[in-house]
This record gives sequence, C-alpha cells and structure tokens, in this order.
Amino acid sequence: MNAAETALANPVDVAYLITGILFILGLRYLSSPKTAVLGNRLSAVGMLIAVVATLTQGIVNWIVIGAALVVGAAIGIVSAQRVKMTAMPQMVAAFNGAGGGAAALVAAGELLKYVNAGTAITYDVAFTSVLSAVIGALSFAGSIIAFLKLQELMTGRPITYPGQQIVNALLLLAILVSWALVVAGVTPVLEWFWIAFGCSLLLGVLFVLPIGGADMPVVISLLNSFTGLAAASTGFVLGNNVLIISGALVGASGTLLTVLMGKAMNRSIANVLFGAFGAVKTGAGGAAASGGHNVRSVSPDDVAAMVAYASEVIVVPGYGMAVAQAQHSIRELESQLEKRGVEVKYAIHPVAGRMPGHMNVLLAEANVPYDSLYDMDDINPEFERADVALVVGANDVTNPAAREDKTSPIYGMPILNVDKAQNVVVLKRSMASGFAGIDNPLYDDPKTVMLFGDAKKSIDSVVSGVKAL
Amino acid sequence: MTAHLLTELTVFILAVFVGFEVISKVPTTLHTPLMSATNAIHGIVLVGAILVAGTADTPYAGIGGSIAGFFLVLLASLNVFGGYTVTERMLDMFRPKKRPAAAPREDGR
Repeated sequence: MNAAETALANPVDVAYLITGILFILGLRYLSSPKTAVLGNRLSAVGMLIAVVATLTQGIVNWIVIGAALVVGAAIGIVSAQRVKMTAMPQMVAAFNGAGGGAAALVAAGELLKYVNAGTAITYDVAFTSVLSAVIGALSFAGSIIAFLKLQELMTGRPITYPGQQIVNALLLLAILVSWALVVAGVTPVLEWFWIAFGCSLLLGVLFVLPIGGADMPVVISLLNSFTGLAAASTGFVLGNNVLIISGALVGASGTLLTVLMGKAMNRSIANVLFGAFGAVKTGAGGAAASGGHNVRSVSPDDVAAMVAYASEVIVVPGYGMAVAQAQHSIRELESQLEKRGVEVKYAIHPVAGRMPGHMNVLLAEANVPYDSLYDMDDINPEFERADVALVVGANDVTNPAAREDKTSPIYGMPILNVDKAQNVVVLKRSMASGFAGIDNPLYDDPKTVMLFGDAKKSIDSVVSGVKAL
Repeated sequence: MTAHLLTELTVFILAVFVGFEVISKVPTTLHTPLMSATNAIHGIVLVGAILVAGTADTPYAGIGGSIAGFFLVLLASLNVFGGYTVTERMLDMFRPKKRPAAAPREDGR
C-alpha cells in the first residue's frame, strides 16, 4: 500500500488539519494592512506544525534532510533579507520556481518508490504524479526565465522565432502522449515519465521567452498558481490533505490575480501568453517613436515651481520608479509639498510595475501612507481637478492611444487619464519607447513637459528646487 | 477513480472555493504581500519532500540519489524560509507608522 497512507496516523492528521486552518486564517487576515503581519505569522506557525509533525514520520535520512533544511533556510533567509524592495518580483519568481521544482521531484520520487518496490502503479497515482511533474516542471523552468528577465540577465523584450507556436504545440502533444502511456502502464513507465518531465521543462522555458517585461504581472501570478496546483497534485500522489488544501488555496489565489491582471489590461490571458506583445512593434514603429516627437524639455527648477504653486498634484508611478529606486525621493517631495499645503495623491494602475501591487509595496517602503494611494477607477475623475500629473517612469498605462487610437496595439486597455490634468510632467530616462515599444502621443501634448534623466536624481533636484522657493 | 481519490478531490474543490472567497477580500494594496504569502504557503511541498527523501524506502538513496534528495529538500526549504521572510519584510512596511515629525525649527506648531 501507499507508504504515505500509513503515514497519515491520527495525531499527524490532526496537526495537518490545524495547519490547514492556520493557512486559511493567515490569508483571511491579509484583508487588512493592520492584521496582515499577524496573518503571515499564523501561516508560518502552521508551516512549522506541519513540518515538525512530518519529521516524526519514520525519517531515517537525518543527515541529508537536516543539512538540506539548514542550507535551504540559510540561503532563503539571507537572500530574502538582503534583497532590495525593488528586486521583489524576481525574488518571488525565484522562490516560486524552487517550490515548483520541489513538487515535480516529489512526484518523481513517489513514482520511483512504486517502481523500486515492484508494486503496481494505480491509475490515480500514475495520473497525478505526471500531473505534478508537468505543472511543477513548467513552473520551475518558467520561473527561472521570468527571474532572468526581471533581473535583466536577459532581455525583457519578447523573444520570438518562426514556428514558435508549432514547437510549443508539439511539446504539449509529446507531454500528453507520454502522460497517457504512463497512465496506461506501457513499459518502460519511468522513461515515459521522464520524457513528460523533460518536455515540460522545455515548454516552461519556451512559453515564458516570448512574453515581454510589461506582461510580467500576469506571468508571475500564473506561475504562482501553477506551483500551487503542482503542490496540490503531489498531495493527491501522497494522499496528503495538507498539501491538497494548501495547494488549492495558492492555486485559487494565483488564478484570481491572473484574471484581475488580464482584466486590467483588457486582454485575454491567452493573448498575454501567446501574443508576444510588443515584439513586432520595435521595427518601423520604433524609429518613428524615437524620432518623430516634438517635445518640450524642462529643468528640475521649472518642475519645482509648477508643483510648489499647485493645489493638487497626482503622482503616477511606474516601473521606471522601481528601476531608479526613486520612491524615497518621491516621499520627500510629498512632505515638502504638503508643508506648502499642496495636496498629493498617488494613482496606481493595476499593472504598473512587474507584479501585482508592485508600486504599493515600494511606496509603503518609503512610508507613504496607504490611504493616499488610489486605484485607477477612484483617481481617474480626479485628474481634471489636478494641477499637475507627475508621471514617474510610467509609460503604457498613461498612453491616451489606448482610449482613442483604434489601430494601437493597446487600444481598449484601461489607462490613467493623465492627459486630463492641467499640466503633465513626464520623468523619463530618454525618448526611447516603452517596453511595449508603442508610441505615446501624451508626450506631444502641448500641456506635457518632459524632465529627462534618472528619476531619482531628477526628483531630488525638484525637491531642492521646492525647498529653495 | 477510487473512493479515496474522490474524497481528496472533494477536499481540493472545497479548498479552492474557500481560497477564492478569502483572497477576493484582499485589497489591491496588499497584492504583492499576498503573492508572497501564498508563495510561502506552497512551500508546504516541503512536507512531501521530507516524506519522499527521508524515509527508509526512499528512491533517493545511494550517493547520486542522496544528492537528488538533498537538492529536493533544499528547494522546498528555500521556498518556505525565503517566502516567509520576504513576506514579513514587505508587511513590515505596511504597518501604520508615525509620520516623520516636522523639523523643530519650523514654526513651533
């Protein structure tokens, strides 16, 4: 019989149940910033209970397990503490990949146990072990590519080649066929299993390669969901409820976020995943985007005067703020302006940055109170009343072409109505087009001025300008 | 499909519904910590890793196997400890903080 089934003796079962409850409560407490820390700690206690309970289950390889636990903990804790807040998306991708890889290897190990013992593999075990291996391997390989893109170890632009979809479809077919062969018990079962495993790794790489940096919030959410489902699936293989419950929770959360991100871009998930968004635009359109503009460039002192004598300023942060780590300088500007009685608000687009809620966490790092952050729907009517919209490293989410130009690739995407403000200041490194490579007519608008340079340095100069006034 | 699998499937589906219900109440502001928190939760695969690599009948035996088992548990452990630490750091920033006090030399308000 399944060794894990006998492992589910009563006290351990109870411990796992408590873990499940603590995980659900932990997520429940995430519904408010006030209780969220407690939530995370409840969840951590749940994890501790489950791990300690598991260690009582006839473990003999203490050296291997102990060493791996300690080394993993050390690397995990140290890297998590050292990583800069701006590098969070790739950190999350890395941990996500680790979980996915582990789930795939657990499934492989369980199947190996059956083969080694010479016991017949039931359909249930065969089906679910391949399922874990496929989703886990997809998530592992996909997360690594996402990590490399976010860490800028490889280009964030979509990587495409002819016949891409055909190669992916063939890989998927190979996975399904070998999966069916494992379930049918066609020998050699293990070899078919490893073929499914290998093809999934390859497919994971190939399916993230053509996805551009701006679409990362969707990909990260989706990969998160995959790892959750892979974990749940190993729960089926091992007959272990705590894995099933936890995996289901994560799968649900990742799916919900993926759908939300897709909605925020008004694009289907399939379009995000297979559309290679922005890849074709970099050719002819790219040249026009960098050359055809007639923009007004201003100095930091000009901007200082504009914002200091305004009554309401709306800050629109984007990925550029994260890259320049300008959030602390922006916070400083906010306090200087508030001293002068200027009202400062922040407009957060759902897909600004590289992961869901990316801007919120960076601004929270800089002590911006969360009640001055506004969602797109709440802030959009407000732009008409704002004297200045300060766009810090955001591009596509402010592009009026999404509203007006039916030929634009982002037509229909809900945007922040920055162009409705009395004045618009755009902070940008250069006139190079954004990640999606799409021309932004906002820059040609007569009420728009551009402040070129590193966002942090620019804001710092604006702050000194305001102080000097 | 065995009766056992059906029971597990029931648990899975109910947990998915609970997940949707609970997660839909999380505000946008906390979406990054939410991702990170759920990221830590799927580290529960560590339980599976220990069960597969640690018991006497483990296929991850011998030198090569032990290395594979070590790597497996390492990945899961990395996921758990890294995941919770990162989430804790993020949430620390959302704690209500006192606004920085105005410089004393201003006007004494």
